[in-house]
Amino acid sequence: MDFALDKKHEMARTLFKDFAENEVKPLAQEVDETEKFPKETVAKMQKLGFMGIPVPKQYGGQGCDPLTYIMCVEELSKVCGTTGVIVSAHTSLCADPIMTYGTEEQKQKYLVPLANGTKLGAFGLTEPGAGTDAQGCQTKAVLDGDEWVLNGSKCFITNGKEADIYIIIAVTSVTEDKKGRKKKNFSAFIVEKGTPGFSFGTKEKKMGIRGSATYELIFQDCRIPKDNLLGPEGRGFPIAMHTLDGGRIGIAAQALGIAEGALETTINYVKERKQFGRSIAAQQNTQFVLADMSTKVEAAKLLVYKAAMAKATQKTYSFEAAQAKLFAAEVAMEVTTKAVQLHGGYGYIREYDVERMMRDAKITEIYEGTSEVQKMVISGTLLK
Amino acid sequence: MKIVVCIKQVPDTKGGVKFNPDGTLDRAAMLSIMNPDDKAGLEAALRLKDEYGAEVTVLTMGLPKAEDVLREAMAMGADKGILVTDRVLGGADTWATSTTLAGAIRNLEYDLIITGRQAIDGDTAQVGPQISEHLGIPVISYAQDIKIDGDNVIVERQFEDRYHVLKAKMPCLITALSELNEPRYMTPGGIFDAWDKEITVWGRADLKDVDDSNLGLKGSPTKIAKASDKVRKGAGEKVAFDSPEESVAYIMGKLKEKHVI
Repeated sequence: MDFALDKKHEMARTLFKDFAENEVKPLAQEVDETEKFPKETVAKMQKLGFMGIPVPKQYGGQGCDPLTYIMCVEELSKVCGTTGVIVSAHTSLCADPIMTYGTEEQKQKYLVPLANGTKLGAFGLTEPGAGTDAQGCQTKAVLDGDEWVLNGSKCFITNGKEADIYIIIAVTSVTEDKKGRKKKNFSAFIVEKGTPGFSFGTKEKKMGIRGSATYELIFQDCRIPKDNLLGPEGRGFPIAMHTLDGGRIGIAAQALGIAEGALETTINYVKERKQFGRSIAAQQNTQFVLADMSTKVEAAKLLVYKAAMAKATQKTYSFEAAQAKLFAAEVAMEVTTKAVQLHGGYGYIREYDVERMMRDAKITEIYEGTSEVQKMVISGTLLK
Repeated sequence: MKIVVCIKQVPDTKGGVKFNPDGTLDRAAMLSIMNPDDKAGLEAALRLKDEYGAEVTVLTMGLPKAEDVLREAMAMGADKGILVTDRVLGGADTWATSTTLAGAIRNLEYDLIITGRQAIDGDTAQVGPQISEHLGIPVISYAQDIKIDGDNVIVERQFEDRYHVLKAKMPCLITALSELNEPRYMTPGGIFDAWDKEITVWGRADLKDVDDSNLGLKGSPTKIAKASDKVRKGAGEKVAFDSPEESVAYIMGKLKEKHVI
């Protein structure tokens, strides 16, 4: 068992790190403060192939493995959680399901522009009345001739309005089981921005990842071609769950990156900051807190990388993805909170990066399945 | 068009230079990077490739680990990498280095050779022009802009307070400045491809028309008396006087103070 990265991955990390330091970090504070979607950064990432890292070259991607993609999200998130999640939602939640379930025509039409960076992607499952409980979904799709007609709304959609291509999960039928209980059957669809009947509601004002565009999606008699059904009809729920398994590794990488960024920032700060005539790095409390932070970050990293490797080699990786996300998100929250504490009053001031990092970290415990959902997935596997 | 770009793996001097007790560079204590002027030369070659179509070969002489900068160059878009490495080539000064690189380049077809102006670990700016002498081709140093016009290159050569526009018939050699351009990033897919490709490795036996007496430490006439970090020049002093007489008096005073006159 070898825990060292090979030179190929080390070089990829150098690339992502250089890009993050030079292009992303200088804008991170402004992106947070102004809640401005970093279009210019996304355009640069699109040009460099960051939006199609795990997609095969034949579909316009970079032909790399999931680990390389995860390292990209990690390095971006070290300096800007917003930028990290833009890449993660685009890649894991939109490009990945088309790559996995799309027909050849769908791949040519949608995956190629997503991977080569001409189009941005998003994914819509959550609704006002349905988060963790997906059965609460109300959005419906009805086949009418050669078109599906969508009605309903989706909320908290990352990359909303900015994205060109959306994967939408909608109810396509309701059946009764043997005991007479009604069960909704879902299907997945590919919907393009600009389709008549598809509009955007309010933009959410968030605690963290404030530059990320989070919108409500509204469908009113939105007609899409019959061919835009992704995967078999009625298989939308397993498609969504499988997509989220991959997405969770992306969010776990975002959480890991935020934690690493907070740790690095804090190590630099405690060496500079003087109290009682010496740097606070000389205080044993600082040393012990840093030791705990670092150890947890390293443990999170191993789980996240293990999940990425599992995605590359295993058919299912729900368990690994859930463990990685649960732990990395909790570590992100704990480490950023401790980072703020070690910064003292300055840590509470927006000028200091750890203040933003602590706000950005919180969402990783919530979206793409809360920590509680991850525990359900993990225990479900253990007790099967 | 075929372009050969000479690049060097150098210690990153950004965080300051570290020396061994004997005064030589402590290379192990510093990260290795592609020399910045060479990277600008590579970028210039890749832009020519984008605009006119070209095959770009990167060439380096060094320890086996210098392969890493070749891979980096290939991840940026270079087509081929050649590493010249051999124990007998170690300890080379600029003369032995340029002799070695010229010996390697004689095996290749080329229209243009691009090198960096100088390497940040030696700051000599000699290897590029020396290669052109060995090969008997024109050299244009300190390029800040490069254009192709048929069989010719048109280069802006930086010169103190102005630049010269020079035209030379290919094949020729150009030395590039890091100010020439902003080198592109690698791409993730480019990195994967670069590590899947073979690097050509040449030793002493593969060098063409070179004499052993001009290679390695033995073939190096340079003896280093002392090495030091770059001395930063001060910002200078700005003064203003009301009359020319006062200005002259001030300048004369300064010149006397420094024992110039």
